[in-house]
Amino acid sequence: MMGMGNVNLATNAKNTWCPGCGNFAILNSIKAVLGALIDEGFQREKIVIVSGIGCHAKIADYLNVNSFYSLHGRVVPVCEAIKLANPELKVIGFAGDGDTYGEGLEHLIFAAKRNIDINIIIHNNRVYGLTTGQYTPTSPLGFKGRSTPGGTKEQPLNPLELMMASHASFVARGYSHGIELLKKILKEALLHKGFSLVDVLQVCVTFFNMYDYYNSRVYELKDYDTGNYDKALKKIKEWDYDSDSRIPLGVFYKKEKPVFEYALSNKNINIDAKIKELLNDYT
Amino acid sequence: MDNFSILIAGKAGDGIDKSSLIIGHIFNQVGYRIYIYRDYPSVIRGGHTFSIIRCSQYKITTHLDTVDVLLALNQDSIDFHKSRLGDKALIIYDSTSVKSDEGLGIPIGIIIKEAKALELMRNSCIIGAMCKALGIGMDVLEKVFRKNISREIDLNLDVAFRGFSQAKEFAKVEKLKQKPLPLITGNEAIGLGLIKGGLKTYISYPMTPSSGVLHFLAEVAIDFSLKVIHPENEIAVMLMAAGFSYTGDRVAVGTSGGGFCLMTEGLSLSGMAELPIVVVLGQRPGPSTGLPTYTGQTELNFALSAGQGEFTRFLVAPGDAEEAYYWSTISMNLAWKYQVPAIILCDKTLNEGTYSFDAESIGKIKGIEPLLWNKEGEYKRYQNTENGISSLAFPSDKDAIIKVNSYEHNEAGITIEDKDLTVIMQDKRFRKERYLLEELEQYEVVKVYGKKDASIALLFWGSNKGPCVEIGLKLGLKVVQPVVLSPFPLKQFKEALKGVKKIICVENNSTGQLVNFLKFYNVHIDHKILKYDGRPFTPEELEQNCANILTKVTL
Repeated sequence: MMGMGNVNLATNAKNTWCPGCGNFAILNSIKAVLGALIDEGFQREKIVIVSGIGCHAKIADYLNVNSFYSLHGRVVPVCEAIKLANPELKVIGFAGDGDTYGEGLEHLIFAAKRNIDINIIIHNNRVYGLTTGQYTPTSPLGFKGRSTPGGTKEQPLNPLELMMASHASFVARGYSHGIELLKKILKEALLHKGFSLVDVLQVCVTFFNMYDYYNSRVYELKDYDTGNYDKALKKIKEWDYDSDSRIPLGVFYKKEKPVFEYALSNKNINIDAKIKELLNDYT
Repeated sequence: MDNFSILIAGKAGDGIDKSSLIIGHIFNQVGYRIYIYRDYPSVIRGGHTFSIIRCSQYKITTHLDTVDVLLALNQDSIDFHKSRLGDKALIIYDSTSVKSDEGLGIPIGIIIKEAKALELMRNSCIIGAMCKALGIGMDVLEKVFRKNISREIDLNLDVAFRGFSQAKEFAKVEKLKQKPLPLITGNEAIGLGLIKGGLKTYISYPMTPSSGVLHFLAEVAIDFSLKVIHPENEIAVMLMAAGFSYTGDRVAVGTSGGGFCLMTEGLSLSGMAELPIVVVLGQRPGPSTGLPTYTGQTELNFALSAGQGEFTRFLVAPGDAEEAYYWSTISMNLAWKYQVPAIILCDKTLNEGTYSFDAESIGKIKGIEPLLWNKEGEYKRYQNTENGISSLAFPSDKDAIIKVNSYEHNEAGITIEDKDLTVIMQDKRFRKERYLLEELEQYEVVKVYGKKDASIALLFWGSNKGPCVEIGLKLGLKVVQPVVLSPFPLKQFKEALKGVKKIICVENNSTGQLVNFLKFYNVHIDHKILKYDGRPFTPEELEQNCANILTKVTL
């Protein structure tokens, strides 16, 4: 059990998520995880969160830590830059499924491929909420949204399978019902050195209420080896975001490998002298 | 001979580019000021590529149409460029592969075989022959070769000497008593200027003509402790830049029009979130892919208005390598002082042209420190102040919660939709523009050349500086260059035009973008000289254009 910690991480901003929204679970989980980290001695000023645009993104207003409220689809490159600029920072990106599996997908693939030490948490409600109910890259086949009243004619993406193909070093799935498991997964992701992706099945009660559907299918991965790529991929394929199979939750894959980073810059460079030297070489 | 041009031509992949730089360095060593124009197609192998190396006693920033020496490594080189040859011009050609009824034929193909050298070394051989023909000693050639050629130097010198021995002297290039200057491209000048401005991170997706900045900075990254990043696309470039800016890293990005299209959402974010980012925008002819390896000035309107919403931007269009260096530094400094995006608008002519770079003429550039948080009270990233500038703190600064936001926000950076606060925050951001404009009075933001009291002015922006200044001087015209275009220094611009009755505006586009921009300020332009074939103006061409207008002008 993890409490909320001793630090108050709330802001004065009024929360405007719908009652029952799955985003509350993510907000409360991350508050607990960050609170615990701070209690354990991690400096609060070294935490930076980044959000995109969509219902999920309001989390930047609700968490009283350093934040960068970015653009739709552009959580990942901002996270990468902040981490590369200052490797001491703990960088957590919150993004939507339309946001990062759609608009900004290429960034996600490249961040995974680079293994930059950032944490990406996807509020995957499988519907556009803030634009009032259109299909997203992970909506099931036949999803009837406002832009597809006759139902979608395209297969959903299995984002975790894609992350495995992109060499992500930490791949997990959480669920907005059952906060203890979510906290556990988020904490493990934050402690992982390297790129981590946590796909959170976050229910949108207004436009795509999947609580009953998920509740009858989810199960937690137990006695499971997170270090085996092939087994992880197989487990990830158990549910393809369309079929009515069981839905595993937890960490599928975790591997330590070199991270993309820059050595801390040498601050004692005499720029003027170096420029002069270089110009001499060009003479 | 103290003012002459050499043209070297061949196929893409023949080493023309490198050879032109070596030729430039040879004449640099004997005291000449150099400008190199590069003309190449968008291919890796084949196609016709050429460079013109212009050498002069005086500083020059443009090439001429007329050439005095033509170095022909293939038949096209003579067939395509014969019309450029002056009366006393000399053709030096490879007699084993090129037919010419005049000039100096050197059996380069045979020499290369005899020396067991590589095809690429035909360049070295013809440069050897050129040195002999123009009375330059092998000692100068050897010095330059040793400094600029890293592979197979002995073999290169061997074939150069064989070319030298088989040629004869046609003219004597006078040695000048001037010190050699560094030869650098506009891209390198921009890179150095950014470094001088405190650059920590450069991010770019390769795109002609600004890739040279990326390559240069990647090469010197270790020396200057820079992070140089080539991400997946220009959207990532700009958003990464925003992230670096947020953490306090002085950051710049480089691109051309097409890439800049992808950057505009990030540019607008930079305006809203007050994240300083410097953009190097190298123009080439559009629309769309256009002519990727040629030049144009078609992005003025775009750079002035790119990005949704209304926000202050600093926009500067340097005209040569020294201005590129100077204004790259200033752009970085002002971007950070005012927390705005800055755009350095250049073009292929400036980006890829090689210049004799006179660092001393630039003088000292004063650094400007941004306003940092004094650590008193509660930190507010967007504190509303008299001049609109809020103090900066960066993640990991103790006791500060730093919230930046793409939404309209309050002083603390929390999203708002309140109507009154919206106006207050927009006004806060725009107040910075007024103070920036005031600060610009300390800088030479509008430059004047030529005959200062003339009643006819030649108006230009950017790389047209070379031909315009030369022709303005020759024809006794006043020459006016607005260097900063946003915020527009109207006061200084009107000052520069005092006494002028007629204005001729010179631009590398088909609509006259500066002309149209000035209409907003009630500045009337009498004549336009426009060129939009992808090639820069030459002084000869511009003189002809001006002469046609001047015969018609009545004051």
